[in-house]
Amino acid sequence: MHIPIQRLIRLRAQIVKELLCLLCDPKSRMVMIGPPLLQLLVFSFAVTLEVKHVDVALLNRDTGGAAIELVQQIQASTLVDRIRVAGSERELAEMIDTQQVLAGVVIPETFSRDVAQGKSGTVQIIVDGRKANAGQIALGYLQTITSNVATTLRPASGGELATVRHWFNPNLIYRWYVVPSLAGILVTLIALMITALSIARERELGTFDQLLVSPCTPTEIIIAKAIPAFLVGTALALVMMGAGVFLFGIPFTGSFGLLLLCLMLFILSLVGIGLMISSICSTQQQAILGTFAIVVPAIIMSGFATPVENMPAALQWLAQCIPLKHFLIILQGSFLKALPPVDVFANAWPMAVIAAVTLTLATLFVRSKLQ
Amino acid sequence: MSTQRSYGINVRRLVAIARKETYQIFRDPSTLLVAFVLPIVMLFLFAYAVSLDTRNVHIGVVLESDSEAAQSLAAAFSGSRYFSVTPARDRREVESQLIAGHLRGFVVIPQDFTSHLQRGQMDALVQIITDGTQPNTATFVANYAQGVVSNWTAMQISGSTSAISIQPRFWFNAEMESRRALIPGALSIIMTMIGTLLTALVVAREWERGTMEGIFSTPATVLEILLGKLLPYFCLGLIAVCVSTMLAVWVFGVPLRGSVLTLLLLASVFLIPALGQGLLISTISRNQFIAAQLALISGFLPAFLLSGFLFEIRSMPRVIQIITYIVPARYFNAGLQTVFLAGDVWSLILPCIGAMLLLGLILFALVLRKTHKSLEV
Repeated sequence: MHIPIQRLIRLRAQIVKELLCLLCDPKSRMVMIGPPLLQLLVFSFAVTLEVKHVDVALLNRDTGGAAIELVQQIQASTLVDRIRVAGSERELAEMIDTQQVLAGVVIPETFSRDVAQGKSGTVQIIVDGRKANAGQIALGYLQTITSNVATTLRPASGGELATVRHWFNPNLIYRWYVVPSLAGILVTLIALMITALSIARERELGTFDQLLVSPCTPTEIIIAKAIPAFLVGTALALVMMGAGVFLFGIPFTGSFGLLLLCLMLFILSLVGIGLMISSICSTQQQAILGTFAIVVPAIIMSGFATPVENMPAALQWLAQCIPLKHFLIILQGSFLKALPPVDVFANAWPMAVIAAVTLTLATLFVRSKLQ
Repeated sequence: MSTQRSYGINVRRLVAIARKETYQIFRDPSTLLVAFVLPIVMLFLFAYAVSLDTRNVHIGVVLESDSEAAQSLAAAFSGSRYFSVTPARDRREVESQLIAGHLRGFVVIPQDFTSHLQRGQMDALVQIITDGTQPNTATFVANYAQGVVSNWTAMQISGSTSAISIQPRFWFNAEMESRRALIPGALSIIMTMIGTLLTALVVAREWERGTMEGIFSTPATVLEILLGKLLPYFCLGLIAVCVSTMLAVWVFGVPLRGSVLTLLLLASVFLIPALGQGLLISTISRNQFIAAQLALISGFLPAFLLSGFLFEIRSMPRVIQIITYIVPARYFNAGLQTVFLAGDVWSLILPCIGAMLLLGLILFALVLRKTHKSLEV
């Protein structure tokens, strides 16, 4: 009875000390809170896979009505900001080479004649292959425009057979996808960095030895190091999610309680990974660079930029060890899909496993340093 | 008062500082981890993990009708190389899978499919439902599913040819393999990390530990100290570029259509603003945690998101387009993609080099203003 209370007091003192360390330096306080929020704003607007307002080069060798119709429709679309008329193939090539335009449209002399004769008029679309993503998307838009023009030129019988409906995000607003995902990514970066530095910093400055000679047990050290990062990470994530709902107007359809629970699991797993890195490293530089070496591949493989199921099977297995991968599914699902509890738990338990394993390992590493 | 004599360069002193810094690089395995292991991992991931060429997207096909026409349309979906199809008889089966994220969309071929088709009431007969939570994949599913349906219609029903046919051509990347465009972009991220993050950390450490003051007490001038510190990282960056380029060309099959010299020139010029940024960060922060955060925020993330390597700059809002002009990776990325895939297009490369030099000059001017050989903060 006597010992646990003492332990609690000790623990409390240590947690207070860690919190003070983290929050009392005005520079580090600012770096932790300001930039992530600023970034959420900037990148939410920047990160879009929509392609619009690009310039397109046009080499039109045809003077017929079909060609004029096509050019007008291209001009009218949101894809194109300006059509830059090229006089020759060389001029067109020059514009693409120097990236003045993303794509070029070549209409041959025979185009209108072919259309009038009931044949297929051929249009060549040249895309800058250096821009794999934007190029393909622009091509998709141009294909839609031409097929619309094609139906006005030669109405098909019956009309369009298929209709498309996008569930959960009917207008495919890209920000609805980006803001929650970015919140997850930015929290990952901050939480990992804070915890990775915590032990390594003490070791570099020599104060870790003092901790080791104090009556604190390894478990207490780990708990005390984990709690400040846990609190900061959770608070930051909540603010960012709040910004998503109230600032960006993203619908939140799921259960907030479940999401909060998963958020805590997510941050706990990050804290575990960070502490594990930290307990191995002997300098801050090692801890920071080690974190980078882990966090950059983790973000790339998390399914944010490209779907996980596009990756080779071995990498998909590896992706299961990334807390962000699971949390992104829960986060997006909770915002837009009203993700049912069963599916939430299906993605939550891997994070719990990661947290348990990494926190245990971190404690073991600290204990092995004790001996 | 010391600033007056702080600008000369004595080669011997410069070399001595550079040598000390080099030893430090090789003594700490974490530096080598970031300079060599991380680039290899990144190139590997960009070659195999990040694929924009979506294939085999999981969709459901709900076949409510048993008629021959309906089955032939369903077969058209199964035969498409873009989709991997889960067949179903009832849309409720696939709806829950869509919510769970196992399917990216589904197609409903309704019960009255054939009868409507025969009466010529074709409008909106087939429904394509996508998972809009991931807009990019949703667009893909919608476009390709419509493509399958309209091809099927053209073959089965109308028989007349479309008025316009398109011949797409991808210049510089005929197969439109995304890795060919992504790997050069990945290089610019790697270089940002080596140039900005490493220098920011190393110099911040000296400030934090107080050893910077020790160096300042030597006769070396500010310029010698800064150059001596940067030189080894400059070389490290160039070595990393060479290693990454060899990997990209020989292992991942990215063509190098321009000359190696142009590539090295671009890389050397890019390192100037990158190193300058790292120095500036460390001089301002004087603390490794803050330096790392700032390097991440002002270096790595902009190189990833604002350099135009994944996201088209022209489609961003105007304000953000203006911000991209001060991101050195923007110019490096355009230059690299051109050197690798198009060749030495000087009319594009020269402006990029000019812009990077200008940014570098501004950054170094700021660093020199902020760094004094004096001890008061």
